[in-house]
Formats: sequence, C-alpha cells, structure tokens
Amino acid sequence: MTARPIPTISVQPDDFDAAAESRKLTNGRKDVGALVSFVGLCRDEAGALAALELEHYPGMAEAEMQRIAEIAMDRFSLLGLTAIHRFGRIEAGAQIVLVLAAAPHRQAAFDGANFVMDFLKTSAPFWKKAHGKDGHSGAWVEAKDADDSARDRWLTE
Amino acid sequence: MAKIVYFAWVRERVGKGEEELDIPVEVKTAGDLVAWLATLGEGYEEALRFPKAIRVAVNQEHIEHHESIAGAREIGIFPPMTGG
Repeated sequence: MTARPIPTISVQPDDFDAAAESRKLTNGRKDVGALVSFVGLCRDEAGALAALELEHYPGMAEAEMQRIAEIAMDRFSLLGLTAIHRFGRIEAGAQIVLVLAAAPHRQAAFDGANFVMDFLKTSAPFWKKAHGKDGHSGAWVEAKDADDSARDRWLTE
Repeated sequence: MAKIVYFAWVRERVGKGEEELDIPVEVKTAGDLVAWLATLGEGYEEALRFPKAIRVAVNQEHIEHHESIAGAREIGIFPPMTGG
C-alpha cells in the first residue's frame, strides 16, 4: 500500500497554466484514467464588470484548501489533486481558480473536483469585490444560498 | 491579549484590518465576542449589526457562535465567503 499522494495547494496573485499543471499531475504515471480540470473565470456580467478584487485570509486560506483537498483525496480515492486560487485584482476574462482531480475512472475525478469546488466556495476564506466598468468601486459579492445547498448535498449522501 | 483580524466588508466598516484586544473574561463564546465587539464603536456596530451573518475563526479554524474562544491567539471575524 503506497502512501496517499499529497495534494498541491497554492494561493497566489499570479495566473496559472492549467495545461502545465495537468502535465505535472499525470507525468510519468500510467494509473490515471481520468483527469478533470475545472477553471473558474471572472465573468464581465454583461459588460458591467471590469474586474474582481479577491481578498483572502493569509494562512487560513491555504490551510482550509489543504483540509478540503485531503478530505476529497480520501473520499474519492483520488490519485492526485491540484487546487490553485488567486487573489488580488483579476480582470474580466481572467482565471480565478483551478481544480484538477486525477483518478483511475471518470466518476471519481468529476466528483472529486466538484466536491472541492463546492467546499472551496463556502468554507475557504476568500471574498470578492466587484469593480464596475464605470470606474465605480462596487459592492462585495454576496454569498449565495445555492452554494450552501451545493455543499450540503455532500453531507447527506 | 488576542489578535483580532477582520476581512472584506467587516474590515471596511470596522476601519482596520487587525488589532490586539484584551477580551473581558465574561466573553466566552464566538457569539459573545461578536456581541462585545459591536459595543466598541460606531464602525463595529455597523459591521456587526447582523451577528448571524458573521463568521468566526479561532487560530485559523472555523467555529460556530456557541463554541468557546478559550485559548485563542488569533480570531478572524468576517462575512460569508464568496471565493471560487
């Protein structure tokens, strides 16, 4: 029995390369049958939004992502997991978050990535502030009940 | 003394990112703390007027409002998360 692979977690201001991260996860191994990649991007809200400003709780954000990733590794028997979340100003159209889940089969990879995103949205300490195209520094994005519901379905299954 | 750190609109309304505070002994739970902080001034009151919307982390781990803050070196006070 080999030790469970360690998930890769990063909280960073810089952009990421999803393809390069995918290769890192699968290079040199033949047991991965499925790799699910999720990239969250900054929508422009029909042209109204110029950028999002991502604030985070340094230290806790990494710790919480690590905790979520480790639960996902165990629950879905993943072969690898990468989660990258950016902070700072993110222009419309730019990437915010990356989740990669590797597994022998597709269902575990899909579920693993989905689980990580559902918990990341609701329990990792990140907040979004909207900056409008009109130069107006807008409101903080409000948490959605739908995100809580998405997370909670994992608790009852 | 405990370090209190604020984030997002809680930070903006309180008017600072962090501070060191002597927490009174009768303040035992996260809920007590939020209620006590709200008495420290206008900005605090404005930030914490809907206590149920406020999340608390002790030493960088989430806790519920009924849970104890004993042994806290750092307490995070913030609104519901909206990352991802």
